[in-house]
Amino acid sequence: MTVTETPVIASALLTNEVGLHARPAVKLTQLAKSFGATVELALEPDGPWVDAKSPVKIMRVKAPKGALLHFRAWGGDADAAVGALVDLVERRFDEDAAEEAAQGEDRA
Amino acid sequence: MPEARHRGRPAAPGFAAGRVVALSMAQGAPRAGGDPKREAAALRGAMAQATAELVGLAAPAADDAAGILGFQIALLQDDALSGPAFAAIAGGAAADAAWRGALDDEIAGYHTGEDETFRARAADLADLRDRVLGHLSGGAVVPSVTLGSIVAAADLPPSRFLAIDWRAGGAVLLSEGSRNSHVAMLARARGVPMIVGLGIDTLGLAGEALVDATCGELVLDPAPATRAAFEARRRSHENGAAEAASRIGEPAVTADGVSVAVHINVAGPDELAALSPAICDGIGLVRTEFLFAGSGLPDEETQYRVYRRLAEWAAGKPVTIRTLDAGGDKPVAGLTIARESNPFLGVRGIRLSLAHREVFAVQLRALARAACHGKVKIMLPMVTVPEELEAARALLEAEVAALKAAGVPAARPPLGIMVEVPAAALAIERFDAAFFSIGSNDLTQYVTAAGRDIAAVTDLADPLNPAVLRLIRMAAEHGRASGREVSLCGDAGGDPAAVEALLSAGLRVLSVAPSALAATKAAIGRVDLRR
Repeated sequence: MTVTETPVIASALLTNEVGLHARPAVKLTQLAKSFGATVELALEPDGPWVDAKSPVKIMRVKAPKGALLHFRAWGGDADAAVGALVDLVERRFDEDAAEEAAQGEDRA
Repeated sequence: MPEARHRGRPAAPGFAAGRVVALSMAQGAPRAGGDPKREAAALRGAMAQATAELVGLAAPAADDAAGILGFQIALLQDDALSGPAFAAIAGGAAADAAWRGALDDEIAGYHTGEDETFRARAADLADLRDRVLGHLSGGAVVPSVTLGSIVAAADLPPSRFLAIDWRAGGAVLLSEGSRNSHVAMLARARGVPMIVGLGIDTLGLAGEALVDATCGELVLDPAPATRAAFEARRRSHENGAAEAASRIGEPAVTADGVSVAVHINVAGPDELAALSPAICDGIGLVRTEFLFAGSGLPDEETQYRVYRRLAEWAAGKPVTIRTLDAGGDKPVAGLTIARESNPFLGVRGIRLSLAHREVFAVQLRALARAACHGKVKIMLPMVTVPEELEAARALLEAEVAALKAAGVPAARPPLGIMVEVPAAALAIERFDAAFFSIGSNDLTQYVTAAGRDIAAVTDLADPLNPAVLRLIRMAAEHGRASGREVSLCGDAGGDPAAVEALLSAGLRVLSVAPSALAATKAAIGRVDLRR
């Protein structure tokens, strides 16, 4: 792909127990597909980058718990796409709401 | 045909009688190929049929099953999966060979990872591969499994299991398989009896079968007397199960009025979601290995949150948490030693923890912090000599002191040991432990020199062997004399046939799987210790 514009970049720490596994991978790609922007993901800031809309490619990354996920996107809604993906990762893919609540208590 | 009996390992309890349907995973004759347009159309058609099937299966499925199926659907709809297959077809390959090649390459990538959870997903891809291949060969993927059929196969992928209507009963017989597999978990959750590891050629199976998945016995072409005995056993099991379930909340008391505490064994906090602490006297064993099953070691905060949730669930009842029992048949990436010549006699349990004190200290700190939120007890696995207990005690005390010095709320939980190594059982008075818990699975395998993982010696690995029972009696007597609790947390406690022998040996505390709790309490009620 020829990159003609500056991508929107952001990163998020993967903290859910199983890493970027089957169900989180499906959630992430479904969310990415809801945006028109081209969205890519990588484990290192300089790549290799993979299409964040492809569950097959996302699974090939085998991102473990504790990995820093880098996102980059181009296109009209690139800002919104990256923001939503970072938010999904930081919400731990909504997979352990109870644990989050317990953590909130500790901070309080 | 004369009656034939086979033994496997029970993977999901229950009884079934009916006709055996052998599921073949073999495919039809390979396609000739040749016309790329026709082959591409055939593959597209087969993928569409497979997708439609999976969507149909996912709709009524429960959450865990829907997750597996949804993942498969997402992969199937991704061009990145089929791209290499269509490229091979354009190069002249037949649709089936092209699809198999593409999927096998993808599966190989899953197998290379360090991460067990990713490797486990390879089975979902193999399932997907075979489902599409089934449509390409024109044959129905699932042969006509009529309601209530006893399904026999080498192994059974989760989606095939879910494609079968189990509401009218039935059972699963696997020549291979494992009770820890995904499909065994689904079978237990749905109450479908399952026997694994039968080690027979399931393809040749046909005719009538009796399945007793409570003990792992399969009888083919049963004689009338066998059938009658089986039906009696089944009725008594079903009546007993219903009766026991209705009384699960009552305390366990023998027929002659002796109270027995019954705790539960827990492999993860998820198991507690559907349980009330009122049905048991506490948690007798938390297997913390689940925390170490992901990639990387769990940090103190993660462990603390989990232990605290367990303590809070128990609402004041004791929660005995066993420190990491890795090694043996339970490897942990980056921690256990690969390819030990005899892992059950190697660096496992407390031996491993003391060899990785930095990892052990994190767990002890998390436990001491959680002890502020409930009645947490710490239990050390595989203790062989008193020095191991003392080393762990010193480390625990140092960590508790460090936490308190840093102003972090912490308590010093009682420190006990598992009694599973014969050296500890035979000289139990040498160990200054706050409590003892007999790990009957390992104690039995070490006393009888019969490996837990070796099917050919299963009969020797009998927890009711008089030598094992003698050691249990010695431990119970030491407990009474020294005023320390002695419990048993191995599988024997949850085996109704073993309960009388264990109580006769002097035990008054058993810890069993939550699914065995009702039956264990009922079995205790039938024991009369005056006899």
